[in-house]
Amino acid sequence: MSEAHDPGFIRRYIFSTDHKIIGIQYILTGLVMGMVGGLLAVLIRIQLGWPTAQWELLERLMPRGYPSGFMAPEFYISVVTMHGTIMVFFFISYVLVSGFGNYLVPLQVGAKDMAYPLLNMLSYWFALLSAVVMMASFLVEGGAAAAGWTAYPPLSAIASAVPGSGLGQSIWLVSMAIFIASFTMSGLNVVATIFTMRAPGMTMMRLPLTIWSYFIAAILGLLAFPPLTAAAVLLLFDRHLGTSFFLPSGLVVAGQPLSFQGGSPLLWQHLFWFLGHPEVYVLILPALGIVGDVLPAFTRKPVFGYRLNVYSLIAVGVLSMVVWGHHMFVSGMSPFTGEYFTLATMVITIPMTVYGVNLVASLFGGRMRLATPMLFSLAAVALFGSGGFGGLFLGNATADMQLHDTYFVVGHFHFMIGGVTLMGTFAALYFWFPKMFGRSMHEGFGKLHFWGTFAPFFMVFFGQHFLGLQGMPRRYYAFNTYEYLEGTAGQNTMLSVLVMVLVAAQFVFMVNFLWSLFKGQPVEANPWAATTLEWTVASPPPHGNFGDTLPAVHRWAYEYSPDGTGEDFAPQTAGPNDAPITA
Amino acid sequence: MSETRDTRLPFSLEPVLVGLLFGSIGLFGVIYGIGEWAPELASRHGAGIDAMMTYLMVTTGAMFLIGHLAMALFIWQGSRRTRISHRLASPRFEKRLSIALGVLMAVVAEGGVVAIGLPVWNEYFMAEAPPDAVTVEVVGQQFFWNVRYPGADGEFGATDIQLMDDVVNPIGLDRSDPAAVDDIVWLNEIYVPVNRPVRVVLRSKDMIHSFFLPHLRVKQDVIPGMVPELVFVPTREGTFELACAELCGLGHYRMQGFFHVVSDAEFTSQLERLASEQ
Repeated sequence: MSEAHDPGFIRRYIFSTDHKIIGIQYILTGLVMGMVGGLLAVLIRIQLGWPTAQWELLERLMPRGYPSGFMAPEFYISVVTMHGTIMVFFFISYVLVSGFGNYLVPLQVGAKDMAYPLLNMLSYWFALLSAVVMMASFLVEGGAAAAGWTAYPPLSAIASAVPGSGLGQSIWLVSMAIFIASFTMSGLNVVATIFTMRAPGMTMMRLPLTIWSYFIAAILGLLAFPPLTAAAVLLLFDRHLGTSFFLPSGLVVAGQPLSFQGGSPLLWQHLFWFLGHPEVYVLILPALGIVGDVLPAFTRKPVFGYRLNVYSLIAVGVLSMVVWGHHMFVSGMSPFTGEYFTLATMVITIPMTVYGVNLVASLFGGRMRLATPMLFSLAAVALFGSGGFGGLFLGNATADMQLHDTYFVVGHFHFMIGGVTLMGTFAALYFWFPKMFGRSMHEGFGKLHFWGTFAPFFMVFFGQHFLGLQGMPRRYYAFNTYEYLEGTAGQNTMLSVLVMVLVAAQFVFMVNFLWSLFKGQPVEANPWAATTLEWTVASPPPHGNFGDTLPAVHRWAYEYSPDGTGEDFAPQTAGPNDAPITA
Repeated sequence: MSETRDTRLPFSLEPVLVGLLFGSIGLFGVIYGIGEWAPELASRHGAGIDAMMTYLMVTTGAMFLIGHLAMALFIWQGSRRTRISHRLASPRFEKRLSIALGVLMAVVAEGGVVAIGLPVWNEYFMAEAPPDAVTVEVVGQQFFWNVRYPGADGEFGATDIQLMDDVVNPIGLDRSDPAAVDDIVWLNEIYVPVNRPVRVVLRSKDMIHSFFLPHLRVKQDVIPGMVPELVFVPTREGTFELACAELCGLGHYRMQGFFHVVSDAEFTSQLERLASEQ
């Protein structure tokens, strides 16, 4: 289906149904949202690093958030809430899951487009709408939502509980409902495309790990996200229609008895974490899949244990649906469920360990080339291992009694859904940028970006684990009233300085990205000498990807060094006569 | 497959730096982790929690170190090769490694948790309050901890939300109830005797709060509508800070209380003082 007619600029680049354009739209939208989320992180760290300082400039920029130059506590928790929400749902989900998912799935399975191109376009416009709606909440009376990204009622249900629980919280819930609608459309497309539109010869066990990870993530999203839509609607009912799904009787807020009765705030936690836990796997699995494909290209050898990696991904997907209660060990639910969720959570460490160690084993004996995507992939592996160890502390109820809702949790999830995904995202951006835009990014700046990102990132969130061990609770506006936390003041200041370095390094990336779009070195179809199908077509690939005939696939995605030299490789389309077929 | 000298690339700085980066993460991480970080312990069951932590620090610390050093080594070695030294492991080796890892994690994670963790969890949650336990009720509200002792009769009097008044009657105690006559209501300060079990009955008036005593390794969310109870034994005299550990509004960070663990005699005299000030 080579396109003879020119659909015009708007149909081609704005309201496009081409999965590549939609993928890039998602990525650019997500990067913009990521900048917003990053700037919010700067505000958080300024407050925690220098809690008594006065900031005239910030007062001028945000008079409501900084009355007389001091950050207002309600503004602080709004910022914390929105930082979490934006980074999880509008940065990582858009860039890594929907963005690269859209871009890579049809190309790597050998399809001309997604199964439902129109639905795909719709999913992007819903996604953009939900991001715009979410950003609008900064402008309303009372400010943005302030109940944390977990939005636990009653705080998120009662307008008088906190200023952000006014219109801001309603907007948050509406935006989340739209987001989930969009994410469901996108997930349906991914599942349908992988199931039905693989090129001839592309069996499931020849799919690259990237595609397997998107496949599992999309199924998880389809199963786990809709309950939160339901919960969001119920919470909106509680807020505006006087129902009591999440609100018990006997509440007295700000001196006023309320008339709710019979609901349970614990129900929200169950519904939220039934989404929330699979959600973290939806985010992290694509990063792990991408790393599993980037490492072989730069070690010039197949990924270690491909089959077992696939089985691990499947096992993690299944298990991730039955461990949500480990977020609720001290919530007051039955201690017996605490024991169950502990054991289930410990079981999930087994497939994750297999996957992680297989990634490290993939490095063994390789012919290492330390290009920027490789460096970020190595960083993702290190963070995945380290974060996984922290997971052993939090996933077991006994240690969690002390660590729950402390900075240990903050450090842990920044390693995992913050760090592994961020490093995976950068690895993907540097790796596929040449494919997307036909030009490569600048290596020197890429490496500068790596050092400026990974080193401070690791130190900041490693340090936060130890703040948690010292008992420092999360979501605190300041710590200076607590004697036992006096020792953390210096550590907090140091972490804040490191975060400034981390954020500054992202400007290197922005400049590199924009500069390379126009001035980067033009590249051929396959600059990294990689094996998957997208590298067999031009950079950037034409509309319809593969021209008139779909590629015929003869082998798995890891045919590096079939003769052991490290120079050669066989793309998945290479026939049996070109090189011996390993799998 | 053996490698000969001439298949090696000349020395270059970058792989060394990258290798050092990952290796030093392992080394410095472990050195950092050896220190004593938790607030000094002050409860009996807390020793079990600390044992769990120590166990996890040692096991994960070892894996953390080995993992990062292996990465550093592979990076440095691999960067000097001109051809790969190993292409594919046999399926049997791959399977065996996975099984070995599965067993290792099952022993380290499941085993440690079952052997060390669950008994502590049991001791903490399944314990019935012994007859000599001191009972205290703590009612969270934005952003205070209301503290109530049942008085000589050992029974809490009735409360009614219609009687609540933040200034004179924050928990809405119904003083016409005979059981309520000797109830002692106080704010933010909790007194308990050392080495005697304490039974804490938790309630919340408005938001979810969380009763966090870092030194005593106690944390329990208080969801409005639920009445969780805790039994634990403070083992050290002193004043320990009580922090709220669940986001409850803009004053969450200053929802601070004080948990005074005192001698039996001091406990009696403090309760008498509080009773006289009702």
